[in-house]
Amino acid sequence: MTDARGRKAWWAVTDIVILAYALVPVLWIASLSLKPTHLINDGRFVPSEFTWSNYHQLFKLDLFTSALRNSIGIALIATALSVVIGTLAAYAIARLSFPGKKLLVGVSLLVLMFPQMSLVSPLFEIERSVGLFDTWPGLILPYIAFSLPLAVYTLSAFFREIPWELEKAARMDGATPFQAFHNVIVPLAAPSVFTTTILVFIFCWNDFLLAVSLTSTEASQTATVAIANFTGVSQFDEPTGSIAAAALLLTIPIILFVLFFQRRIVAGLTAGAVKG
Amino acid sequence: MTMTTESDLRAPASARGHPRAPLSQGARSEHRLAALLCAPAALVILVVTAYPIGYAIYLSLQRFDLRFPEQSSFVGLANYGSVLTSGHWWQALTTTLIITVVSVAIEFVIGLALALAMYRTLIGRGLIRTVVLIPYSIITVVAAFSWQFAWTPGKGYLAALLPQGVAPLTDHTSAIGVIILAEVWKTTPFMALLLLVGLALVPDELLRAAQIDGAGPWKRLTKIILPMMKPAILVALLFRTLDAFRIFDNIYILTNGSNGTASVSMLGYDNLFKVFNLGIGSAISVLIVIVVSIFAFVFIKLFGVVAPGAEDDERRLR
Repeated sequence: MTDARGRKAWWAVTDIVILAYALVPVLWIASLSLKPTHLINDGRFVPSEFTWSNYHQLFKLDLFTSALRNSIGIALIATALSVVIGTLAAYAIARLSFPGKKLLVGVSLLVLMFPQMSLVSPLFEIERSVGLFDTWPGLILPYIAFSLPLAVYTLSAFFREIPWELEKAARMDGATPFQAFHNVIVPLAAPSVFTTTILVFIFCWNDFLLAVSLTSTEASQTATVAIANFTGVSQFDEPTGSIAAAALLLTIPIILFVLFFQRRIVAGLTAGAVKG
Repeated sequence: MTMTTESDLRAPASARGHPRAPLSQGARSEHRLAALLCAPAALVILVVTAYPIGYAIYLSLQRFDLRFPEQSSFVGLANYGSVLTSGHWWQALTTTLIITVVSVAIEFVIGLALALAMYRTLIGRGLIRTVVLIPYSIITVVAAFSWQFAWTPGKGYLAALLPQGVAPLTDHTSAIGVIILAEVWKTTPFMALLLLVGLALVPDELLRAAQIDGAGPWKRLTKIILPMMKPAILVALLFRTLDAFRIFDNIYILTNGSNGTASVSMLGYDNLFKVFNLGIGSAISVLIVIVVSIFAFVFIKLFGVVAPGAEDDERRLR
């Protein structure tokens, strides 16, 4: 009993350290977002005066609300497609033997390594000539392409560690390759798929370079770009406070997304504590 | 369908090990399935990136300066020569290497600790798992901006803790330190999340058995947990290294490259978007890819068979 309580106390301390690590810098951003403009440079961690004006201001901007809508729609669609497409390919890479496997892995790593800044100008030219510039698909396609290497590589690395004898058993019982994939592997693969989903979503949500190069109006401009175009509460103010407020608002969808998926990260495995 | 060994239960049903043998019915249907499963991914990647990557490589072999477009011509590897003989490149490369190695090393240690806590904590597990990811979910530019504020004397709470007159962002060494701090804070959650999945793959029975055999926590970590987490560690280190080496936003906001803190990506950016020398800028991009590929190659060799695409299946621990 005392041992259990001791362990709980130890974990409570650890948790507090972790919370402080993750949240103190965030609280500083919150503090910047709540300070009135004339106090923004006062260097105090806890604001001496609070104001919500930065937040009110945000929702008065049509561009910001449309940008939020674009961000949510584009990131969700791109994430869903990328994870589905990536899961299929990762399954093949981890499980099947076929010519060109190394080439596929190599090319996707190359895409990941290539500095995006030297790719955005040609992408812009292509999208303008085929009419994809400043549209949702015009951003969704590159997001899928640039997140697929991460999705495919991560998923195939983890898929290789799954106990495959279960799949073989299913095949022996007469399941087709697809049934074996769907009924046996998908549940086992769920933790890595959900983790990848979170990472891909954050990648799409936080992208700035592609969005700023491939969008121009409220038809498809995302929130990260909208933030960069902020001016202050009045046009003579520094936009620091509104930028901080917008950045905090933008983390809320990710927090919801992670809250929704985090339980599944280690689902299916007994979360039993090993003594130590 | 040919099985190479009967005992290797986990070996995929494949003709692995007999590349020249005539394809059996099973192998052929396996190729067809693989092609079908990989086609969407390969197609999207090719459609979006083939032309831009090809074009960047083409530009790197051209004299191509937007200020003097009429002087464009094929110059072979001359752009690479100019970059590699420039002191700026080597200074930026050194800075970038230091930032990459130090950040990734620190991130691995903290990330592993965070992953263990996220996996095992008895209190508020869901809360901890969610909160840990918050730094990663804040837009890099804004996070960098808040650090810049925090460390600027007169504006920030962290600068206020320092002695009067100390401005960490204006000195080479301390500025690099602040850049690393910002990078580590922001991206350790990425590492932690991948390592968490790796931890979840370690069977609890194995750890319990080891404990009964008298293995202490340290021994269990180094002899069981870490070896079994190899795939997760490979992915986490590889992706973080590739990413850290291309560090841009953090430095751009924190120091704008002053006092020798510019990274190779900033050098490329300045050439592409500030002086519009697309030839040199593209050559820098290709050189970044080459350096990063060396990192990737070393990691994949070090971790050998756990790397996706490696053909050997004799890597099982059990």
